[in-house]
Amino acid sequence: METPGPFTIFLASIFINNILLANFLGMCSFIAVSREIKTALGLGTAVIFVMTLTSGINYFVYTLLLEPLGLEYLRFIAFIVVIAATVQLVEMIIERVSPVLYYALGIFLPLITVNCAILGVSLFLVIREYSFLQSLAYGAGGGAGWALAILAMAGLRQKMKRSRVHPALQGPAITMILTGIMALAFIGFSGMVPM
Amino acid sequence: MGSVVSAVLVLAGLGAFLALLLVLAEKRLASSGPVRLRINQGEPREVEGGEPLLSALKGQGIFIPSACGGRGSCGLCKVRILEGGGPLLPTETPHLSPEEIDNQVRLSCQVKVREAMALEIPESLLEVEEYPVRVEALTPCTYDTVKVRLGFEADAGFSFRAGQYVQVETPIYDGLSEPVYRAYSISSPPSETRFIELILRRVPRGICTTYVHELLLAGDRLKINGPYGDFYLRETQAEAVFIAGGSGLAPFEAILADMAERGIRKKATLFFGAVSRRDLYDQELLREYEEKIPGFRAVPALSKPAPEDQWEGETGLITEVVARGYESMAGMEGYLCGSPGMIDACIRVLTEKGIPEDRIYFDKFS
Repeated sequence: METPGPFTIFLASIFINNILLANFLGMCSFIAVSREIKTALGLGTAVIFVMTLTSGINYFVYTLLLEPLGLEYLRFIAFIVVIAATVQLVEMIIERVSPVLYYALGIFLPLITVNCAILGVSLFLVIREYSFLQSLAYGAGGGAGWALAILAMAGLRQKMKRSRVHPALQGPAITMILTGIMALAFIGFSGMVPM
Repeated sequence: MGSVVSAVLVLAGLGAFLALLLVLAEKRLASSGPVRLRINQGEPREVEGGEPLLSALKGQGIFIPSACGGRGSCGLCKVRILEGGGPLLPTETPHLSPEEIDNQVRLSCQVKVREAMALEIPESLLEVEEYPVRVEALTPCTYDTVKVRLGFEADAGFSFRAGQYVQVETPIYDGLSEPVYRAYSISSPPSETRFIELILRRVPRGICTTYVHELLLAGDRLKINGPYGDFYLRETQAEAVFIAGGSGLAPFEAILADMAERGIRKKATLFFGAVSRRDLYDQELLREYEEKIPGFRAVPALSKPAPEDQWEGETGLITEVVARGYESMAGMEGYLCGSPGMIDACIRVLTEKGIPEDRIYFDKFS
């Protein structure tokens, strides 16, 4: 099977194989931070940035370090270490450049470290044997897809403030239901581009 | 065997490389080198950039009051930042009024020193100094409250107004990474210059009170700084109501001693709120002041007297007891000291009874 080009991968990972709505990765921060569009946008941007960066770095870590030495089985721990360090770096940069965004993101910025979507993207690109450009495109697309999903959810939840939700379903429960409905809509696209 | 070694080497190498990268980044990003601070149009002082303004000022011997120790929860450490300081942070806005925001008032514990700054700090704070003290005595008041006597060195020259408070530095003890500061009102009279007394009620898991209650011994050395606060008796003709909860009796003990010594004539009633009889202390002292100070009356009130207390005095929440005591409080002054919740509730009652908010004085330590 021929793998699609970087641009196709980029678009497909946003709309078709959305990391959150098709693979259900990165749900915890998705549910916790989707209350307001502003913070969702901040976290979404941070995820795009971290995902693109780590997929690029992890591609080199895997192909230049782990594969030649036959240490593929170390990829989980190696990827996590790279992601953790990258997030630390991003945290320092954000604190320096925009203290307001830094405080708005608060605890969620360090939480990106344990965001499974980030690790998931790095693992997928290894399994699918992407090239460097494809990996970058997949990372950027995966991040953009995640940001799109959390922005859509934040928009929905802001609109929902005035709707009467049953007390038992308020908060995370209704968010899960909404996510399910959004995922159903995305299933309609599935299979359009084989990845 | 070889694969095990290479696996360990690869992971260790990767970790070490990333750690090195982070250390370098921290050096370049976190600290911003020496920065000039200009305070009240004085000579610029050079401080190391990267730390919060509150601790940078402390390094310069300027002590801004902060009851929470720099966590951004008490809102006391306000200073005016005329230049530099960056944008207003979401952690500051809850503590600032719209006028304060217009006046460039900021919380010094939240603002980080990164660029040249021009500050305006009240002159009275510049006089605040740090004093080494020796713990002379620890006297229990109740089962969870203790009176601490701190003696000054011979030539310290500490002077304060009755009602003001000091900050005590809690030294580093287990689990504490840096010294923290907590504010306590002085209960001894200002005429006593050799020592001060503080009343500390034990707070569950409180950093400083746990230290004092469990580890502090007579003879230990501590550092305090102060005095702070504009909680002192206004010497007007107006009748005053003092409301104290728990260890909040401390500043009133100083004020009453001062009134007795200087013969200040002012009609005043002290309401002292506690849960049950075992939380009351210094009642004989208050009886003495009732005799010494004409027009002064003390009203202890228990919110939940235990059956064995045989309590015949006032019962109920302190706010209810105060509200019962007065038809109208117009023209009076209110002085409050206690927990933040008690103070807020008392302000509501006093304003309803006709005391304007600018005649209600309090120290809120949270």
